[in-house]
Amino acid sequence: MAQAAEIRKRGKSKEPQVNQPELMGAYRTMLLIRRFEEKAGQLYGMGLIGGFCHLYIGQEAVVTGMQMAAGEGDQVITSYRDHGHMLAAGMDARGVMAELTGRSGGLSKGKGGSMHMFSKERHFFGGHGIVGAQVSLGNGLAFSNAYRGNDRVSFTYFGEGASNQGQVYESFNIAMLLKLPTVFIIENNRYGMGTAVERASASHDLSKNGVPWGIPGLQVDGMDVLAVREAAETAVAHCRAGKGPYLLEVQTYRYRGHSMSDPARYRTREEVQAMRSQHDCIESARHRLEAVGVEESAFKAIDDEVKSIVQEAADFAQTSPEPDPSELWTDILVEG
Amino acid sequence: MATQILMPALSPTMTEGKLAKWLKAVGDDVKAGDVIAEIETDKATMEVEAVEEGKIAQILIAEGTEGVAVNTPIAVLSADGSVPASPVAAPPVAVAPRPVTQAAAPAQPPAGSTGQEDRDWGPTKPTTVREALRDAMALEMRRDADVFLLGEEVAQYQGAYKISQGLLDEFGAKRVIDTPITEHGFTGMAVGAALNGLKPIVEFMTFNFAMQAMDHIINSAAKTLYMSGGQMGCPIVFRGPNGAASRVGAQHSQCYASWYAHVPGLKVVAPWSSADAKGLLRASIRDPNPVVFLENEMLYGQTFDCPVDDDFILPIGKAKIERSGRHVTIVAFSIMVGLALEAAKLLAEQGIEAEVINLRSLRPLDTATIVESVKKTNRLVTVEEGWPFAGIGAEVTMQIVEHAFDWLDAPPVRVHGLDVPLPYAANLEKLALPQPGWVVDAVKKIV
Repeated sequence: MAQAAEIRKRGKSKEPQVNQPELMGAYRTMLLIRRFEEKAGQLYGMGLIGGFCHLYIGQEAVVTGMQMAAGEGDQVITSYRDHGHMLAAGMDARGVMAELTGRSGGLSKGKGGSMHMFSKERHFFGGHGIVGAQVSLGNGLAFSNAYRGNDRVSFTYFGEGASNQGQVYESFNIAMLLKLPTVFIIENNRYGMGTAVERASASHDLSKNGVPWGIPGLQVDGMDVLAVREAAETAVAHCRAGKGPYLLEVQTYRYRGHSMSDPARYRTREEVQAMRSQHDCIESARHRLEAVGVEESAFKAIDDEVKSIVQEAADFAQTSPEPDPSELWTDILVEG
Repeated sequence: MATQILMPALSPTMTEGKLAKWLKAVGDDVKAGDVIAEIETDKATMEVEAVEEGKIAQILIAEGTEGVAVNTPIAVLSADGSVPASPVAAPPVAVAPRPVTQAAAPAQPPAGSTGQEDRDWGPTKPTTVREALRDAMALEMRRDADVFLLGEEVAQYQGAYKISQGLLDEFGAKRVIDTPITEHGFTGMAVGAALNGLKPIVEFMTFNFAMQAMDHIINSAAKTLYMSGGQMGCPIVFRGPNGAASRVGAQHSQCYASWYAHVPGLKVVAPWSSADAKGLLRASIRDPNPVVFLENEMLYGQTFDCPVDDDFILPIGKAKIERSGRHVTIVAFSIMVGLALEAAKLLAEQGIEAEVINLRSLRPLDTATIVESVKKTNRLVTVEEGWPFAGIGAEVTMQIVEHAFDWLDAPPVRVHGLDVPLPYAANLEKLALPQPGWVVDAVKKIV
């Protein structure tokens, strides 16, 4: 548990300013992601969701804090653990859940599944199942911003496991050469599937992985949504100013297994329990809000709203019909 | 209200499991996320977490029970721990009606035709394939500001094979971009830019190096449209020399035609002449789909007549009959078209009139043109530089078996590079690659 204490210390170096409406918004987003993921786990258990299903429970503060620093038109791209990113990007919970159940009302019409969803409208570019691939692709989103001369920024998320991939370093190099506005976000949840970060990465401070290319980096307490927001603002301002990429190592923790079928025997129950009880991002946001006088009724209203969104999504995901067989042959090529 | 807790599925393939252990007893309080039981599957022991809060009112399946089917009620949870008198509400397990009809594959895979016609384009002038490729890129870059070129040595060096000569001067460093020698990273970047609406042309110094980037060509570029339910297309061209050059050894001499032609979501084009190169590259750049454009280094310096019309463009998916004949159909692509025409000349001296089809496009494949020709000649010979196993010749032959079997008077014959890594020694290399005589011999076996 030395590690947990360390994260906590870094994040608590100075208490961030609490902007009540903003923090309430973040609390709501994090709660929505958690309840959504719990429901997804439940539907998986009922056999309604198939294949791989990677839950984001525990890591909610990362994408929520990052999105607090995002502007309209900034792009988001991530790995296969993508449900939280989509909800934080404002995508419809019903469409995400119906994609998980493989129904026609899903965001990809049931043809993508948990790992492959996209939204042009919300500037969300997937959902990628090949570890590390989204890092090069995210650089491409940043490239398109630079090419078009706008000031948009690409939020490119990957895990600490992916951070060892060769193309990540190819991307660091190109991003710095071309001064691309890419925020590289390493979501370090400490385990690449079942392999602890110490066993997979010779680098001990992943925020310094961009140093050879001159990419500035920060280590962030990913269990604290305000700490993430603060770091995100630094990174985004750097990118928007045309100074090139920025690297954040956001230290977080996933409470569930790598995917639904992971018994998670590589860590102790006590370790998981300690993170949940002492560092939970939703609980800590709630305590902060209580400290500035937010009343029980306000939390209750959010809880109820979130519960109904998730229930509606679950209902929709079960009643939306399966895709028509003719969908097999659509969307292979753009016609014309 | 009480709810049933059901036996969960904990892996994609689990249908039943053993309820190994209860960690909660009747009357215990349960919060969402608490581990309530352990289940053993064929693969592992897994923990079952509660998804709602309440008190355990009843345990329906005792610990140690084997073969508990997924979705069997295993416990009852209620707000106060009391056992409900009325039937317990199970979480809704709605199963939408499954369509019973099988989806029929279209008779022809969707061609995704770009709509241009292969018509008479008027006056021509002698043009090298190299010039034709450069002109095609310049014309399209003038026409559309979203088109840009990137790759190794494409800008300041003017192209490793001088295909991009002059483009940096005309379009500047923003649109003609030198990359580091990192195919995986720069190809992924180009695909990302295409997903966001730009139209990159990625030059691979040779397609041998594109193997480092193949994940992005196939998993990222070819599949995203489908996986996004049609939302996100990828208008991009991957181009560069493919196949054997001369005396560069096995790692630099390989034909990737059948590798890419295998993949739904890609178009694969293989030009032979300057007109092919110019007309098809323009069509590829305009195409809203990812196109793999397979050039050949040995052809770059060859001169062909090429239309001068500024609007000249060719359709993707249409083969061209380069020579008419009635005794045998010879199907070839890229550099092998020239070889097939040489062979046809030799055959003509012996009174055999061969029809030579230049495929131009490998995916979509213009099966109709080949079928029509075979119905006339009743014989088929395929020619390719690549390896025979699962190659383009194998596919063309199978298409004919499926669509024109009754018209065949003899078994089709494949001419191809030998099934060996390409050797370096001059004599061995020559022995490994198709020669006009091989085509003549193949034809004479069946005519």
